[in-house]
Amino acid sequence: MQRQVALIKQSLFDQGYLDEQFIELEELQDDANPNFVEEVATLYFKDSARLISNIEQALERGSFDFNRLDNYMHQFKGSSTSIGASKVKTECTMFREYCRVGNAEGWQDRRGPRRLHVGPSNTGTDQ
Amino acid sequence: MAEVLRPEMLDISNDTSSLASPELLHVLAVDDSIVDRKFIERLLRVSSCKVTVVDSATRALQYLGLDGDNSSVGFQDLKINLIMTDYSMPGMTGYELLKKIKESSAFREIPVVIMSSENILPRIDRCLEEGAEDFLLKPVKLADVKRLRDSLMKAEERVFKNIMHKRELEANDIYSQLKRAKI
Repeated sequence: MQRQVALIKQSLFDQGYLDEQFIELEELQDDANPNFVEEVATLYFKDSARLISNIEQALERGSFDFNRLDNYMHQFKGSSTSIGASKVKTECTMFREYCRVGNAEGWQDRRGPRRLHVGPSNTGTDQ
Repeated sequence: MAEVLRPEMLDISNDTSSLASPELLHVLAVDDSIVDRKFIERLLRVSSCKVTVVDSATRALQYLGLDGDNSSVGFQDLKINLIMTDYSMPGMTGYELLKKIKESSAFREIPVVIMSSENILPRIDRCLEEGAEDFLLKPVKLADVKRLRDSLMKAEERVFKNIMHKRELEANDIYSQLKRAKI
């Protein structure tokens, strides 16, 4: 059983779902705190569910508030980075790029033609 | 028969509450992300620090007693050795929190470290110019925290040793005076 878990975990690394940050988390676990990784992962899933739900709601509206979407994505990217969820992090980065160019179509089908959609695309807060 | 008073028995100052214990640093961590709060708290505990975590700059100011009614007073008895704050937070940013802390007479000496997931040079410069001790890129590494802790402990140790040395001198001084007075 443990071997199976180990194999699954290794494949997550091999396929790029997890990166070395996850190992950093594992190294913070010890006998006194044996559930640390599980606790962080649980918090991550709960928080991600909240963010995804917010994003879905924001996307359901007729016009897209790119600032708000970018904000949610920034949060999602942040927590994904902290836990080592590499692929999620990459997707978030890409999504934010689409927000930056105000592209409402891009996120739906990345392989499709990119059309510039005129909309609020102010994401910069630093000069 | 007069008892010879030795420096160790003199009760010059029993107030040790203001002495920083060199062993346990107290860190205030500020981050709006629940995952990052859990993470930084663990990093700090593993590094043998006492940790207080809050979820916003406003709460950090409340904790320090720098909000509203107590705006310029602060809690003098509160011993914080280091403040680590996320940069991007809703409401008040880490940068604004940094400024408020540096404006406060009670807490301006406390080192403030900014954490950010974004490597933006003008942002880093601005924070350092405002007096930030350091700027850490997220995800924060255990090595970063240990390095901070070590340099802070060296500084605290120096302060501690200076205070003890000073007290020793004071005690010896009084002892000599009493000896001369032949008490």
